[in-house]
Amino acid sequence: MTIAPNVDSPRTATANPPVQPAQGNLGQAAVVRSSAGGPVAENPTALTPVAKLIDVSKCIGCKACQSACVEWNDTHPGVEENVGVYENPHDLTPDMFTLMRFAEYDNPETGDFEWLIRKDGCMHCADPGCLTACPAPGAIVQYSNGIVDFIHENCIGCGYCVSGCPFDIPRISQVDHRSYKCTLCSDRVAVGQGPACAKACPTHAITFGTKDDMTALAAERVEDLKSRGYDNAGLYDPQGVGGTHVMYVLHHADKPGIYNDLPEDPQIAGVVENWKGPTKTVGLAAIGLAALGSVAMGLFSRVAVEPEDERHAEDLVDRAAAIPGGEGSGEGKDA
Amino acid sequence: MTGRRYSEPGDRILSRDPVSVRRYAGFTRLNHWFTATTLILLALSGFALFDPSLYWLSSLFGGGQATRWVHPFIGIALFVSFMILFVQLVRHNLFRREDAVWARNIGAVVKGDEDRLPELGKYNLGQKFVFWAMFWLIVVLIATGFMIWYQFFPEIVSVDTRRIALMVHSIAAVLTILTLILHVFAAIWTRGTLSAMTTGTVSGGWAFRHHRKWLRELAGRQRTDPAE
Repeated sequence: MTIAPNVDSPRTATANPPVQPAQGNLGQAAVVRSSAGGPVAENPTALTPVAKLIDVSKCIGCKACQSACVEWNDTHPGVEENVGVYENPHDLTPDMFTLMRFAEYDNPETGDFEWLIRKDGCMHCADPGCLTACPAPGAIVQYSNGIVDFIHENCIGCGYCVSGCPFDIPRISQVDHRSYKCTLCSDRVAVGQGPACAKACPTHAITFGTKDDMTALAAERVEDLKSRGYDNAGLYDPQGVGGTHVMYVLHHADKPGIYNDLPEDPQIAGVVENWKGPTKTVGLAAIGLAALGSVAMGLFSRVAVEPEDERHAEDLVDRAAAIPGGEGSGEGKDA
Repeated sequence: MTGRRYSEPGDRILSRDPVSVRRYAGFTRLNHWFTATTLILLALSGFALFDPSLYWLSSLFGGGQATRWVHPFIGIALFVSFMILFVQLVRHNLFRREDAVWARNIGAVVKGDEDRLPELGKYNLGQKFVFWAMFWLIVVLIATGFMIWYQFFPEIVSVDTRRIALMVHSIAAVLTILTLILHVFAAIWTRGTLSAMTTGTVSGGWAFRHHRKWLRELAGRQRTDPAE
């Protein structure tokens, strides 16, 4: 099965790539938001919103997704030391856009030991904190299908995106000083292919398609999990960031924190909104007004030294010179 | 020779007709202008990172990457030079009783009606305010600056603290620029002040009008010319 050429976004990650030459559809024409007032398309191509669904209950922790990610993105994560955990590398890095995080959970209700494996990476928020915080025009863009992408040539490496992100995802390269994260394989999706991780996943724990399809699939999975005794199974599509284009099916959706600190209710931090909002507006207005005000006051008034001040000064200095240690013993008259 | 209460060791009457007074030594002036230059460069590069409408200022420093790289180093240069200035000037910027009287008569200050103001030492309360505002703001800026210097100190604080540091840094920067505007305005509005930081001298009339206690002390300390 191949993707029909007239479909704007791939409906699955398992299909083979189209055989006919394809023009990528995730260019400037599809940009709906751009950091720091960067260029957006005037009439952006309306693409069907896509999503990646990660079913944590189906994950076997094989790391095929990590390998596929490294291979497709041609990154070269360094060989690290074993520090006694299953994560490898130890964290997301500029060369590792996705990471299996392993948690050992002693379920107090059932007494069962559970191994919770969550594939961490960019969530592709509808309301991205990185894009809000970014000071470089056009360094972070959002396409009409929901993918949030870093345009590295515009990145200045300041790290503001790291502070803006509610999920602690972007990583700054110490080599080229640019920020890196999962692109949701925008370069594959643009030509009708699903993300590399989803294609590589042997258990179909990672699936890809339209956001509607993935939401419907998640509902089926949740129902199935509930029938198997996971009463709190649910979909993780946090509304605090407007929903995400990477979603999880969790067996314990009531406790996202047990999956290696997946935030309960992620949102762009208020302090970041304030810094990028009122602080900027009020700050620049205050500086502008102060500058204009002082120029105006400077034009209409001044304090000048009068000739009589000079005469007084001469008198004062002469008198003091005439009486050694006299006038000005340091005790000028106090007011 | 009497002791010094209102003046620095280098301050002295240079000539008597007309009266000309040494206010700042060469090193202090050099240091002041170095600090001023770094502050302007920091404001320009900081503005580029603060608001997208001013991002074009980054081209003055060789682009966004270069601006992001150079800004913290200029900050360290400013901190060091300002602290030297601070140590040199702090003694005469401590608050004194007459400052309260000056503050109560701020209306007379604005009108230039100096007869209603107390005689002052080397600095008035406005100058002291600029001095202390700059000091505290620069301390806040350097402290928060390290917290957000992601290239070299990515782990120095938690992400929550870094978010607060980013906002505090930008607010402190805005207040610093407002203080700078006040400082430059006051120096120009009060005619005769600029020469203190250019040639290092002020006229006797200026000293008499604005810092009479300082002038009195210097007058009393003159060496009597043996020829007189």
